[in-house]
Amino acid sequence: MTATVSSNNNAALADQYWTTGDEIHDTKANHDLPIDKIWTDRQFTSRLVNPANRRKMTVIIVGTGLAGGAAAATLGEAGYRVENFCYQDSPRRAHSIAAQGGINAAKNYKNDGDSVYRLFYDTVKGGDYRSRETNVYRLAAVSANIIDQCVAQGVPFAREYGGLLDNRSFGGVQVQRTFYARGQTGQQLLIGAYQALERQVHAGTVHMHTRHEMVELIVADGRARGIVTRDMVTGKIEEWFGDAVVLATGGYGNVFFLSTNAMGCNVTASWRAHRKGAYFGNPCYTQIHPTCIPVHGENQSKLTLMSESLRNDGRIWVPKRAEDCEKDPRDIPEEDRDYYLERIYPSFGNLVPRDIASRQAKYRCDEGRGVGPKVREIDSDGTEHMRARGVYLDFSEAIQRMGKDAVEKKYGNLFDMYQRITDENPYEVPMRIYPAVHYTMGGLWVDYDLQSTIPGLFVCGEANFSDHGANRLGASALMQGLADGYWVLPNTITDYLADAPKFGPVDEKHPAAVEARQGVESRINKLLTINGTRTVDSIHKELGHIMWEYCGMERNEAGLIKAIGLIRNLRNEFWTNVKVTGVNEELNQTLERAGRLADFLELGELMCIDALHRRESCGGHFRAESQTEEGEALRHDDQFQYVAAWEWTGEGHKPTLHKEPLVYKSIQVKQRSYK
Amino acid sequence: MKINLRIWRQRNTQDQGRLVEYTLDGVSGDMSFLEMLDLLNENLTAQGEDPVAFDSDCREGICGQCGVVINGVPHGGMGVAQPVRTTTCQLHMRSFADGSTITIEPWKSGAFPILRDLIVDRTALDRVIQAGGYISVNTGAAPDAHAVQVNKKRSDRSFDAATCIGCGACVAACPNGSSMLFTSAKITHLAMLPQGQPERMRRVKAMAAQNDAEGFGGCTNIGECASVCPKGIPLESISQLNRDLIASLFKHDGKED
Repeated sequence: MTATVSSNNNAALADQYWTTGDEIHDTKANHDLPIDKIWTDRQFTSRLVNPANRRKMTVIIVGTGLAGGAAAATLGEAGYRVENFCYQDSPRRAHSIAAQGGINAAKNYKNDGDSVYRLFYDTVKGGDYRSRETNVYRLAAVSANIIDQCVAQGVPFAREYGGLLDNRSFGGVQVQRTFYARGQTGQQLLIGAYQALERQVHAGTVHMHTRHEMVELIVADGRARGIVTRDMVTGKIEEWFGDAVVLATGGYGNVFFLSTNAMGCNVTASWRAHRKGAYFGNPCYTQIHPTCIPVHGENQSKLTLMSESLRNDGRIWVPKRAEDCEKDPRDIPEEDRDYYLERIYPSFGNLVPRDIASRQAKYRCDEGRGVGPKVREIDSDGTEHMRARGVYLDFSEAIQRMGKDAVEKKYGNLFDMYQRITDENPYEVPMRIYPAVHYTMGGLWVDYDLQSTIPGLFVCGEANFSDHGANRLGASALMQGLADGYWVLPNTITDYLADAPKFGPVDEKHPAAVEARQGVESRINKLLTINGTRTVDSIHKELGHIMWEYCGMERNEAGLIKAIGLIRNLRNEFWTNVKVTGVNEELNQTLERAGRLADFLELGELMCIDALHRRESCGGHFRAESQTEEGEALRHDDQFQYVAAWEWTGEGHKPTLHKEPLVYKSIQVKQRSYK
Repeated sequence: MKINLRIWRQRNTQDQGRLVEYTLDGVSGDMSFLEMLDLLNENLTAQGEDPVAFDSDCREGICGQCGVVINGVPHGGMGVAQPVRTTTCQLHMRSFADGSTITIEPWKSGAFPILRDLIVDRTALDRVIQAGGYISVNTGAAPDAHAVQVNKKRSDRSFDAATCIGCGACVAACPNGSSMLFTSAKITHLAMLPQGQPERMRRVKAMAAQNDAEGFGGCTNIGECASVCPKGIPLESISQLNRDLIASLFKHDGKED
């Protein structure tokens, strides 16, 4: 059925899977100004709220990571009443804490030619010209403030013997602009934000609600005015009301089941908002990180990332012949090894960007030259195969060149972590690595004020469609989270809140609140009464297989169409045959996971539709139909230089595609080349 | 391999808990301890039984959400062959022999009420931070990051203390149920930095008082806390806390701080 669809007839596809709506535009940034004046202009034109009025206003913030925690602390300091929610037992556990590498800032402390403009340029280019120029410039401009703020909070960044901050380079850029705290930069930055947040909790401006999950958005009289939560300990369903709602709920990489995300990361808050009218931008943009520890078996629950810095000294290879793959790698002589990145990309070698390194590793394993334990895979024709999914990351030459001590000093903690997980000593045998889902660049569509298409609903950090375009550079996720939370949102939300005194009253009797609550209750009842035979995790794993196979590193039209069909069937299976034990009125982790999976099953389909319509290769998204003669990714700026903002039109209805054209006035668009 | 499990089951805070025995087949050495529990839960769900509730999130040893007592040791680090310092999520089943029996219990401390099965309420630790575990600086009020130089040795010491993940294993291991290692880690982190000086005395007094208010026990320098700490927070942090606390007794807010 799928193969009969004409491969060059996007219009026919559109008819079947989506409709096209009006263009969408950001109206908050003044594009007539030079790029370095736009943010200060917006700060000046934004209306303010006087301190006496702030006390009367409530802002609901969902999420306590770098974006949410920073925003809650900052708005609390400013004098607003903040209701802050997280699903973990403490705000300090948000997934931002797991980031290892570092945070960029245009400080030019190394006097190596860095500037706000250069950070802006690198970020737009790294995102393959699919991010919004104005937002990225602002991100670069406030980056320097972030470092000042964190240092003042006591974040222990790495320092030199002179007592000043140290920097390193990251993600292939040519300047040293990355501030870091050993391999725990995310933890240290988050603890800084968490402490600022706890200070406000103590001051009484922020009310913290841990183990509370947002399960619905309340849109009353056209504005986001509240949320519905489930108390994860008692099962109590509660409505919360405010003058604005901020979502800072992270990414949705767990749609793939296996990812480097924390187990609890989910899309529910964003998806519930999407169903209430917030457009979803670029959902198919997923970052695949090339250096993760490979899957070991079917009971694996998550993937662990190894810092990309390993590629500075490690050499990546696979055996030249498939029959050598099960040999001890130390017994494979040099001439029988294929250092494929060095062979194909001699000028960048092992340091090619994340998407290229990932894709090439996949190709080697597809060819049957992968190494390590074999895992069961179901191919697109339905047949099962046992395939090894790993390539070697070899330090033997580095150990010879630098000495074991030097390697240990540079990478010791990573080597220990690898040994702990795999039980292999990477000083003696090469590490095995494979790409894994890491970060999502798509998210709810926002304007320059970080406001979604629902008035009063703001979206920060990874949860918005973001400043990263089709690909995220290293050390820029932390930067965006804190930029949004400490600086951008607190300056833009005031313009909206200035009108708050005119908003009508809203309480649990408002029809919108009643409807939201009833929706939550009937959904939970439904989940608890299906009483089928499939566990939540087994369905989630199946969804993950579909997404990884057809909407992962490489996509094609037939595969995506097939995936959409498979996901629809699986969603039907879920709603008729899932087994959720227990009751609502208790701590019920199965119920929590089932609710999240229900939303992933809808998001997964939209991701495939978005990938289907974007017939170009860009960032980490290799579209098989769009490649150069040499097999490299081919972008189509003439057709796809836009943000795809999807509108929900109801269950079982085709989503509507709204395009936001991306205009580059300050930057010259170029094709990437790493040959 | 086959593993025999004895797991603490308790429906809610009011319920009387009990150890329940399970046998689990098909465990591989490459599984993490929590993946072993996932497998158990898949089996229990298939049989229509309530799965075992346990906390975990990042499963990379950094968020601090997971943590159970394994064969009497928080996170299980010392009771099995290796490794010594670990979070529960980074412990792997290869550390256990085929056929072995493993007892799994929640953190035991009066200040950490059990919510269900292996999950406890650790919000007391957040309230200790709320009492003063921060530097009071509003957003936007910071000087340039290079305006203050920090002695590298002190900066490194601060960092070592800042690596605490707040998992609560120190409390669970302490015969007194003391949270002193956790609190001292924060005290040391901020006390080593120039930015932390203005509030240093006020901070240590307030945080120590909050420990008492939460019902954590006193520290008698037994050292179990440091031996199970997955991040290796040194016992000397507690000496730092004690030194600062004694110093604070001779100083008054706003005068000699």
